[in-house]
Amino acid sequence: MLEIKNLHVQLEEEDKQILKGVNLTVEAGKVHAIMGPNGSGKSTLSYVLSGKDGYEVTDGSATLDGEDILEMEPEERAAAGVFLAFQYPVEIPGVGNMTFLRTAVNSQRKARGEEEMSATEFLKVIRAKAKDLKIDADMLKRPVNVGFSGGEKKRNEILQMAMLEPKMCILDETDSGLDVDAMKLVADGVNALRDEGRGFLVITHYQRLLDHIKPDVVHIMADGRIIKTGGPELALEVENNGYADLLAEAV
Amino acid sequence: MALPQIKQDATDARLAALDMPQGGWAQPAREDALARVQAMGLPNARDEYWKYTRPDTLVQPDAPKAALLESDEALIFGEVDRLKIVFVDGVFSAEESDDLSMAHVTIDRLADAPDIHWAKDVYGVLETRGQTPVQRPLATLNTAFATDGVLIHVTGKASKPISLIYRHESEVSDAILHHVVKIDSGAEVTLLENGPAAARFNKCMEVEIADGGTFHHVRAQGRDHERRAATAIFTRLGEESVFKSFTLTANGVLTRNECVIELTGDNATAHIAGACVGDGDFHHDDTVFITHDALNCESRQVFKKVLRNGATGVFQGKILVKEGAQKTDGYQISQSLLLDEDSQFLAKPELEIYADDVACSHGSTSGAIDEEGLFYLRSRGIDEGPATDLLTIAFLAEAVMEIEDEGLQDEINSRVEAWLSRRRG
Ligand SMILES: Nc1ncnc2c1ncn2[C@@H]1O[C@H](COP(=O)(O)OP(=O)(O)OP(=O)(O)O)[C@@H](O)[C@H]1O
Ligand SMILES: [Mg+2]
Repeated sequence: MLEIKNLHVQLEEEDKQILKGVNLTVEAGKVHAIMGPNGSGKSTLSYVLSGKDGYEVTDGSATLDGEDILEMEPEERAAAGVFLAFQYPVEIPGVGNMTFLRTAVNSQRKARGEEEMSATEFLKVIRAKAKDLKIDADMLKRPVNVGFSGGEKKRNEILQMAMLEPKMCILDETDSGLDVDAMKLVADGVNALRDEGRGFLVITHYQRLLDHIKPDVVHIMADGRIIKTGGPELALEVENNGYADLLAEAV
Repeated sequence: MALPQIKQDATDARLAALDMPQGGWAQPAREDALARVQAMGLPNARDEYWKYTRPDTLVQPDAPKAALLESDEALIFGEVDRLKIVFVDGVFSAEESDDLSMAHVTIDRLADAPDIHWAKDVYGVLETRGQTPVQRPLATLNTAFATDGVLIHVTGKASKPISLIYRHESEVSDAILHHVVKIDSGAEVTLLENGPAAARFNKCMEVEIADGGTFHHVRAQGRDHERRAATAIFTRLGEESVFKSFTLTANGVLTRNECVIELTGDNATAHIAGACVGDGDFHHDDTVFITHDALNCESRQVFKKVLRNGATGVFQGKILVKEGAQKTDGYQISQSLLLDEDSQFLAKPELEIYADDVACSHGSTSGAIDEEGLFYLRSRGIDEGPATDLLTIAFLAEAVMEIEDEGLQDEINSRVEAWLSRRRG
């Protein structure tokens, strides 16, 4: 499904290489986790895949079901099925959460040539999904993420994911800042979406999320590269021993 | 003191092009105004108060030509149940207007008001008070030469809004209208205004609000690109009275909206807000002067401007808190969203405070669209154009929310949305 080959990325503003040849393939139906020290390039990878400005791809490719996504505008990638749950969800004063989500759902449908969702149908669906994530009606009406607590913002990301039903879900540290119960809610939200046609790339620092969302594959990223790939046991190794051994091994 | 020669000549030329309507109760006020405007002279580019806005086309004897806008879009407030009063190029249109009668309200026209009239206690009176400490000669000119206007006396709660509709049919029309609104104790009315009015429009409105009276005002200034307007509102508020005014301005080569507010009764509230969206040859100036002269009054000024393709926005806003006006709560914000680097926003916020127990805040900012927010919206599948529109409407929201009636808020928002989507083609 998602195929990243030899991806090299540097900052547009300064001559600084951040991704130094990332190779990664996420198959449909699978959950891949990425772990790695702070500053190793995990968020950069997720931004480059979703189309944020400020990065220059100097080499390599990224395709979704064979289509080159790096050439697409962010909204085209979204319509093609890419979704990023942000490490730091953005506050948008003055835009109601509900208006935002309905505009997003219908923009994607329109781009795919599908029929738009009616207001009533949308309300019905969002109420049910919000309830599962314990997001109350008030939060749906408030401006996007404004005044939301850290955990509320993360749950709001998962609500968006549930509404948009993307093919390729990228979660950037969605677990950080969550209390134990919220982590469970988020994991349930993700697990509910797991199916054969959908791939997940879950960036995390902690094993705990992976207890709930069982990954098929775990990658370790360091200094802009994937230095090791393995099964769920790799995450446990990081949890117990940190990165020192893995980094030493890679050199 | 003699006026500088250039100013004298410009003033003489303008006055020579005008005829003062004769007779009736307003005659003494008109003559007084003529003497005052002759003494002051009309504004020119050297005047400090006109530093950011060139007044010459507002002062020259003939109105510069303004092409008519061709649009089949329905006019704003079309869905609102209201009493309609229509002026075409400044001339009252009886056939397009409703019957000028409503419970708790009497409406007369300046042009044919009977000889003894309540309005003489207000006409030119509030305008004169508003001349210190800063002179506003265009309003004085208006008092002297206004050809018509409405005189609205509100004695109870009006059952529906009064709607002034200004149509523009002549490319060279030069309209001068003067309205008077008097709100009795405990009475309440909403006044709507919309339309371009004329190629050049000079409008003055005096609003006297007695104790416990309430005045709501929502205005949408016409979309004709080449029109010009100089408008002034003068209001005086009694105890526990409320004044809330909102203006949306889209298009127009030149607009200067002045508002002079005097809080003279304790516990009064005055809110003045404006949202403008300008593209290209667009110059919009909001000039506000609020005087707190009573205890525990609240004033808010909320002005938001969206500017692109070289448009210019100006804000001059002053809060004067007089000695003894304790517990004043004054808030002022003026912000611009610059959609490109060619546009500019000039702001001069001022506070002058002579009381010690007051809370006043003011802020002025100018910025581009929030890139982080834009990317967030786009990453959810919203195209760049509509995403920018969403952020633009969000930027204007604080001003639009000053309108109390949600139906009227929606009317304004839908106009802004239409304007934005037209820009995108
Ligand atoms: N816009 C930017 N300007 C300057 N440096 C940047 C920028 N974006 C990323 N970097 C740098 O690139 C490196 C990788 O950052 P990135 O955010 O991708 O790391 P990360 O793996 O997500 O870290 P964390 O675990 O702390 O979230 C860091 O050294 C960061 O400082
Ligand atoms: Mg990160």
